[in-house]
This record gives sequence, C-alpha cells and structure tokens, in this order.
Amino acid sequence: MSTHLHETTPFDADPQGWFGGPVEGFGGKFMPEALMRALDELDSGWQEAKADPGFVAEFDAILRDYANLPSPLYHAERLSERLGVRVLLKREDLNHTGAHKIRNVLGQALLTKRMGKTRVIAETGAGQHGVASATAAAYFGLDCTVYMGAVDTRRQALNVARMQLLGAEVVPVESGSATLKDAINEALRDWVASVETTAYLFGTAAGPHPFPTLVRDLTRGIGDEARAQCLEQYGVLPDAIAACVGGGSNAIGLFTAFLEDQDVAIYGFEAGGDGFETGRHAATIKAGDAGVLHGARTYVLQDEDGQTIESHSISAGLDYPGVGPQHAWLAKSGRASYLPVTDTEAMDAMALLSRTEGIIPAIESAHALAGGLRIAEQLRAEKGPEATLLINLSGRGDKDMGTAMEWFGLGESAGSDEGEQ
Amino acid sequence: MSVSTAFDKARAEGRAALVGYLPAGFPDVEGGIEIITAMAEAGCDVIEIGLPYSDPVMDGPTIQAAAQQALDGGVRTRDVLRTVEAVAATGVPTLVMTYWNPVERYGVDRFAADLAAAGGAGLITPDITPDYGQAWSAAADAHGLDKVFLVAPSSTDERIELTTSASRGFVYATAVMGVTGAREATSDLAGPLVERTRRFAPDDLPVAVGLGVSNGDQAAAVASYADGVIVGSAFVRCVLDHPGDRPGAVAAVRALAAELADGVRRG
Repeated sequence: MSTHLHETTPFDADPQGWFGGPVEGFGGKFMPEALMRALDELDSGWQEAKADPGFVAEFDAILRDYANLPSPLYHAERLSERLGVRVLLKREDLNHTGAHKIRNVLGQALLTKRMGKTRVIAETGAGQHGVASATAAAYFGLDCTVYMGAVDTRRQALNVARMQLLGAEVVPVESGSATLKDAINEALRDWVASVETTAYLFGTAAGPHPFPTLVRDLTRGIGDEARAQCLEQYGVLPDAIAACVGGGSNAIGLFTAFLEDQDVAIYGFEAGGDGFETGRHAATIKAGDAGVLHGARTYVLQDEDGQTIESHSISAGLDYPGVGPQHAWLAKSGRASYLPVTDTEAMDAMALLSRTEGIIPAIESAHALAGGLRIAEQLRAEKGPEATLLINLSGRGDKDMGTAMEWFGLGESAGSDEGEQ
Repeated sequence: MSVSTAFDKARAEGRAALVGYLPAGFPDVEGGIEIITAMAEAGCDVIEIGLPYSDPVMDGPTIQAAAQQALDGGVRTRDVLRTVEAVAATGVPTLVMTYWNPVERYGVDRFAADLAAAGGAGLITPDITPDYGQAWSAAADAHGLDKVFLVAPSSTDERIELTTSASRGFVYATAVMGVTGAREATSDLAGPLVERTRRFAPDDLPVAVGLGVSNGDQAAAVASYADGVIVGSAFVRCVLDHPGDRPGAVAAVRALAAELADGVRRG
C-alpha cells in the first residue's frame, strides 16, 4: 500500500518543487510570503514522516482497516470480450467514501496530527474531497471547515449534508464564479489567517510545492498496488494504463509506479465538455497555456491577459481550469499523452460499464473508460486479444445519479413520460 | 521614477510616507484615473495601482469586489498601463500591485519595458517571493524598476533577510496574518515585524506597513514606527460607497487622503 512512499522517479520535482527545472518546467511555489514558512514546514515535515517507519506503518494500518485497501484489480470479462482486449479495472470505487481521495486525506490528516495542528480546511468542487476531508477529520478528531462554491452547494446538497453530519462546517463561496477555483481562493485566504493552527488538506496534486509531491506520494499506492496485482495475477505489465485528469490526483497516483516502465503507454483523459472546438471544456493540457494558478506554473485556461477562464464539464471533479504541474511536465516531456473526452462520450461509457459489468462509475472515472475504449481499438489492432489495458476506476457513481437521471431521462420523470404515451 | 524619492522627502520632513492603493478600471478606467489623481493631490506620497485579477487570494471582500467590478467592465492590462501613465504624469511615484500570472502572460520583460515607458516606478508582487521571482528581478534590474516584495509576521529571519536584500523602493510589511481589509484595531504584530525587518534590511530600504489601516489615528500609530503607511481597502470603500456618484467618490477619497496625511504627520 504505502510501502513505496520513499521511492523516487526521474520525473520527480527538485527540492524547489520544479518538475523539469525552473526554466522549461512546471511547479514551483508562487505564494504569499505569509504562507512560505508553513509550506516549508509541510515539506520538511513530510520528508521526515515518510522516512519514519512508525508513520508508514500507522498509515498502512489505517488504509487497510479503515479505508478498505488495497483495492482489487478486477478483470472486466464482459467488457474485455466486447472490446477484444483484456480490460483490468483498478477498483478505487470500493474504497471507504467511494473514491481514491480517501488515501490523500487520511495521509494528510495523519501528517497534520504529527505536526501538532488541530484544525483542517479543504476546498471541494462536487463535494467528494470535502466529504473525504470531513471523514478524515472525524477519524482523527480535528476541526474541519470546507469551502465550496455556492453554485456547487446548491447542486450537491446531499454532499453538503454528508459533510455536516460528519461534523464539518461547510462555507458557501459566493466570490468570483462561485465554483471550485473560487473555493480554493477562499481556502487560501482562510489559511493565510489561520496557518499557525491549521493545515490545508489540498484535494489534488496541484497547488504550490510541496502539495503536488505530497498528494502524489499519498496516492501512488493506486499504481503501486495495480502494478504488483497485474504482475501477480497475469504475469505481465499492462500495455497501456488510463486515468481521468482534472487536477490529476488519481492519475498521478496510477502513473507513478509505471513511469519507468518504458513499454507501458500512459494516457490521461481530460474533460472535453461540450467538445474541444466549442471552447466549453476543461481540457487544460490540450487547450491551456503555461501560466501560474494557485501557486504553481502549469497549463492554465486563460485569456490573453492571463485572467483565468471558467472551465466546463459535466463532471464536477474534472471541472478545473488548471492541472497538476507534474502532469504538465509529463505531457511536455512526452512520457504521457493527454486527450480530451466529451461529456457525451463519458456518459455513454458510464452506461456501458453499468450494463456490461454492473458497476456504476463516477462520471470522472467514466472519462477514463471512454478514453480507454479508444485505446482498446488501437491495442487490439496492434497486439490482438492478449493486449492488456488497465483503467483506474477512481470512484463510484452514486453521487452522480442526479446528473445521470437528467442526462438519460431516468427515474420518476421518465416513468411518468412513458405512462402518458 | 523610483518611490525612494518620496520616502526620502518624507524622511527629511521627519514623518512617514503615505501610500494609497486603488485598482485600475474601478469604477471605470477614466474614473479610476480621476480618483487616483485626487488621492495623490490630497496627500498620498506614493500610489499603488492594482491590476485586477480573476483569482486574488491575498485580498478580502472589499478589494475583491472592486477588482471584479473592473474586470466585469472589461479592464485590460493595457488599461492598467494607461492608468499608470496618466497618474505618473502628475509627478507622484506610481507602482503597480499585481498577482503574477498577468505579468507572465504579458511577457515579463515586455511588461517591465512598457511599465518603465509609462513612467511607472515598479511592482509590488503579493504572490511571488524573491526565491521564485528571479525572472521579475532580472527584468526590473534591466529597466531600473522598483521591486517591492512582502514580509509577514510568519516570516523567518532567514526569509526576511532574503526578501529585504532583493527589494528595491521599499519592503512591504504585512501587519497581520490575513488578507487585505479594514480592521478596527491596528495589529500588535506589526511593530515587532518592522523592528525585525529593520535588523536585516539595508539602511536605505524603507519599511512600509500595510493591511488593516483605515483612518488617521491608525495611520499615526503605524507612522510612529514605520517609514510608510499603506492604505488600500479604505480608499476602495470610499468608491464602493458612492456608486454612480463620481464627485461623491472623489470628495470621499480626498477627505480620507487628507485625514491619513495628517495622521502620518502626527505619528
């Protein structure tokens, strides 16, 4: 699970947080001076913690006994038959709270306790990271405040209620576009004023150094487990791996273990929204330009004056106008390929997995599946039925049923339509 | 023109300098120029012009509202430079306070060149520190611009030394741990921070204090230990409180500037 925490790859950040160096690369720490000491302390605190066998053992025990890890690697046989290649799903949807995000928050909350802070704050889009943070705060007895765009609190009332039931305070953010990026802004404003007592549980592998590395370390268990499971169960490495990319925590968590396996092709699928050509999307790597957002140089959806442009996706978890800086570097260096998947493709994949395997995926994860369908065709043509495709099923789709009902015309409204015919 | 002339003049008069802030394009570009010019005429020794940005993480609700209004009105980076040119032409040293991405997007060296050509004194950069601001430092040096970096109560001595040695014009001491905005009481963190900063700063680098100052008495209190007093949200508030009333807004900022100018002379 977390036994690889201390391992490094040639694609890691340097001590200043640059992936690929300060000139050509991405990352860094573009933050107010008021937060620099806290970020430095977090960096050194994490270096010490991950080198401490006691910390690693405690983290492992919590992941195993509380979060239900390691998650299975599942051979989706009906889907494999349909696609003509072997499709393996990393079942992060079976984790406690329903997604990979529990790995990150439990690790960061354990680190918070170790560093002697008593309160955590978090941002959330659809509410998944907020729910995971509230869960970790409850587990560790920490005060928790979650910032969430006001638009999202109205759309995701159920998740707001879950966070509240777990004992967290949820603060609706009205500023700016009142979505995820503004929730991050507001959490940073809180942190500037509260940094002595408070840890910021950043929800994705983005933001200022050391967050991209910290979150990567905490989620890399996805790929470490999957790689070992694949070798053990099938005696081979996959030919290709795929994950969805918003900020990119589940993707970097899957990719890290495979970065040095040159024969494994790595694919990240971004939210193509209404279609790349419409401009209404969240395909940051494909369409963005290098810039600085939320503390890191990375690809950013921005206008010609450097103002952030609002992103669009049916999936709230991918609806972010930036991306983790290590993904920017993996894209630029050519080690991984990033491609957009539209809302329609993702929703088709959601229905397909539900009906072929009896698994309702999160819409985020459905982007990885939809992209995987494309790769499968290519793999089958090149390597035949022995080809192996490993897809990260980063979360379950229960939270997305409102969207699915509307998209597919399900539930009461569909029933009554039929009744009228 | 470097802001050091204004600080030298204030020092010669045995008082602190008054630094006033307003974002460009607020309430609109021409209105902003008129109001900022009035701030300078009524007693601000140095002007900071904010470059409105979509994600201002160091700003509280008042300045956020002003920046949003400016962006909704369509303000562009070139409008900010035009505002600098008009204000600097009146003879007051004029800095731009900006988050980093708009500068990087414009082109760091091109921005420095255009700012210098507009008569601007330099930049205040709330979200880059010297250790991540080498590109800006190089461009500022090439174009003879001031580099105002920030120190905070949480800064280590080591970081204060790094920051003061990289700053030119003045160093900006944030009086509180928090975002911009008026506060009822002046901070008890500011005095010790200024004292600590002076220990590391070169002798000729003024230390100015910002965040939370909104009236003459607070200005006088800060002026008793700092070389400069920075006021932002209170000026913005004057304009927000007079929507659609330009003469009212101008009168309000004049009155506030005069009160603060009196304050820095009492301190």
